[in-house]
Amino acid sequence: MNKGDNTPLPAGEGLGVREATTMLRLVGTPASPGLACGPIFRLDPVERGARGLASSGEEREAIAAAMESAQRALAELSARAADEEAAAILAFQLALLEDEEITGPTCASIDAGAPADSAWRQVMDALIGDYETAEDPYFRGRAADLRDLRDRVLDALVGGAEHSIPPGAIVLAEDLAPSRFLAADWGDGGLVLQRGGTTGHVAILARSRGVPMLVGVDLSSIAPCDEALLDAHEGSLVLGPDAPSRHDFERRRALHAERARADALHLDAEASMANGERVQVLINVARPEELSGIDPEHVDGIGLVRTEFLFHARDQLPDEEEQYRVYRYIAKWAAGRPVTIRTLDAGGDKPIPGFTRAEESNPFLGVRGVRLSLRRPEVLMVQLRALARAAVHGNVKVMVPMVTLPDELAQCRVLLAQAVRELLASGVQAALPPLGMMVEVPAAALSMEAFDADFYSIGSNDLLQYLMAASRDEPELAALASPGPAFWRLLREMAQHGRSARREVSLCGDLASDARYVPQLLRCGLRALSVAPASLASVKAAVRRS
Amino acid sequence: MDAAPMTPSATGSVRIEHEIGLHARPSVKLTQLAKTFDSKIEFAASPEGPWVDAKSIVKVMGSKTPQGTVLHFRAHGQDATAAVQALIALVERDFELAS
Repeated sequence: MNKGDNTPLPAGEGLGVREATTMLRLVGTPASPGLACGPIFRLDPVERGARGLASSGEEREAIAAAMESAQRALAELSARAADEEAAAILAFQLALLEDEEITGPTCASIDAGAPADSAWRQVMDALIGDYETAEDPYFRGRAADLRDLRDRVLDALVGGAEHSIPPGAIVLAEDLAPSRFLAADWGDGGLVLQRGGTTGHVAILARSRGVPMLVGVDLSSIAPCDEALLDAHEGSLVLGPDAPSRHDFERRRALHAERARADALHLDAEASMANGERVQVLINVARPEELSGIDPEHVDGIGLVRTEFLFHARDQLPDEEEQYRVYRYIAKWAAGRPVTIRTLDAGGDKPIPGFTRAEESNPFLGVRGVRLSLRRPEVLMVQLRALARAAVHGNVKVMVPMVTLPDELAQCRVLLAQAVRELLASGVQAALPPLGMMVEVPAAALSMEAFDADFYSIGSNDLLQYLMAASRDEPELAALASPGPAFWRLLREMAQHGRSARREVSLCGDLASDARYVPQLLRCGLRALSVAPASLASVKAAVRRS
Repeated sequence: MDAAPMTPSATGSVRIEHEIGLHARPSVKLTQLAKTFDSKIEFAASPEGPWVDAKSIVKVMGSKTPQGTVLHFRAHGQDATAAVQALIALVERDFELAS
C-alpha cells in the first residue's frame, strides 16, 4: 500500500544482486516459543502526512467518522479476543473513544480553528503525558494503549499508515502495539522485535496465542531478502535461508508440532515419572500479570517470584503497602500452593539505578543479591515486612539470592524474625514464612550442610557460569557455559544433601525449562522443577517420559 | 428558586477490595454501569471530595484509586437511588472479577 513498508536496506559491498545475498543468522531472546517460516514483512514507523484544514463543520465530521471507524475496528477485534488480557486493553480503548472528556476538548479545539488531526493529537498527547509520567508502573504501561488509540484514529483521519500485516508473515519491527498485534492474522507467522521484553504485553499475548516471538534482535543492518526462518525455541532468525537450512527447519518444525500436540495432553495432569514417583512442577514468575493466562490447577506452585519488576523503571523504591498487595495477590492466586518469593536480586545483569553500585569493574562478582541487601537493610526490611504480612494469606516462602556464607542467611533470618515481631507488636497481622536460599555460588553449593536454610533452590544460570567461569551471554563460549560432568556431579550432591537433611531442593534456572535436560535433572535426584510458564506442558511431558 | 430539592439524590459508600484498585478493567466496568443510568453520578475517596464523574473513563482512571479505598458515591437524578445501589453492588462483588 505505501512504499515505506519494505524499506530495502543497502546490501553489503558487491552484493548488489538479490540472489547473491548470503544467508544471515541473527540471535535473540525467545519471548514466545515456536517455529515459523514465511515472507518477511518489515513494519517501520510511518511518517504521517498532516491534514489540510477544511471548515470546522467538515473537520468535526471527519473526526467523528475517524473515531467511528476506530470504534468499529476495536469492536471487531474485541469480538474475536479470546483472553482477558486482550479484552481488557480493547475495552479500555473503546471506553476512551466514548468519553466526553476526550471528545469535548477535541471538538472545542476544532471549533477554535484547529484541523481535526492536530486537535485530536493535542488532546491525546496531553493524556498520554499524564500516564507516561505517572508514579505507578501500571499507569505508565497504559500509555502504550493510549498511543495506540491515538494512532489508530490518526490513521483513519490522515490515511497512508494503514499497512495491514499480511497473514502468515514473519514481522520484523522495532516495537509493536498490543492492538496492532491483535489486529493481525498471524496464521503460521511470527514476530521479531528489536526492542520489547519477554514480559511485555505483546509477549504475553503472543504466548497465549502461540505466536512464535523473539525480542532483542538487532535488525539495524539486515540485507533485503524474501524469506526467513524463525526459531523461537533456540532464539534464532535465519534470513534468506539456503536449501539445507530450510530442509532442516521443516524437519524440526514437524518434530516440534508433533511434540506440542503430545505435550498439551499433560498440562492438566500431575507430573509423575514412569515409575510413579511424583515430581513437583512449579512456575517462575517475573510479573504478576503473567498469571492471568495460567490455570493454578496446572501447577504445583510458584517456585520463583522475581521481585525486581517492582523496583524497575521508577524513581523511588516501592513502599511496604505496594509490595504487600502484590505479594498477597500472588499468594492468593496460588490458593494454598507454595509461593517462593525471592528477595530483591539486584546487581549483576539486573542493575537498578540509585540502588546498585554504578561503577563495579565486575558486577557479576560484585555487590549484588544478598550482599547488597545486607548493606541496605532499610530496603530489605521493607520487603521482609511486606512478605511477612503476605504470608498470612497463603503458603509464602522467602528465598534469599546469592548467599555465599552461612552468616549471610543467618543475618536475614534475624531481620525476618524482627520484622514479624515489630508487625505483631503494632497490631498488624503477620506470619513467619519459611526462609530458604538460592544456591548459585559454587562455595555454597559445596557446603550446603553449613547453612540454616528451610529449603534450597538451585539457580542453575549463575551456578553454571560461576562454576565454568564462562559467561552465558558470550556466544563464543556457549559450549563452556553448558552443563557438563562437574555440574551434574554438583547437582547430584546437592540433591543428596536435601534427601538426607530432609530439606527440599528444587531447581529454578533456565535449565529446568528445557525439556531436553529434564531426564538428567531427574537422574541427579531432583524432584522439584520450577519452569517458565510456557514450558509447563513440555516439562511435565518430559517427566512422564522419564 | 426552589428547584434543587425536587431532584432525587442518593449517597452511599463501599470499600474497594479488588487487588489492584481502580485500574483499567474495574474502571471500564464502573463507567459502563454508570452510563446505564440517567442520573449524574460521581464518586470520591473522601466524603468531602474531590468528586469524580463516574461516567468518564478518563476521570475514573485518572483518580488512580488504590485498593482499600472507601469509595463515596453520590447521584442526582430520577434513578439516583438505583444507580448508587447498583454501583455499590458492583464494587462489592469485586467488579465481577472474582471467580
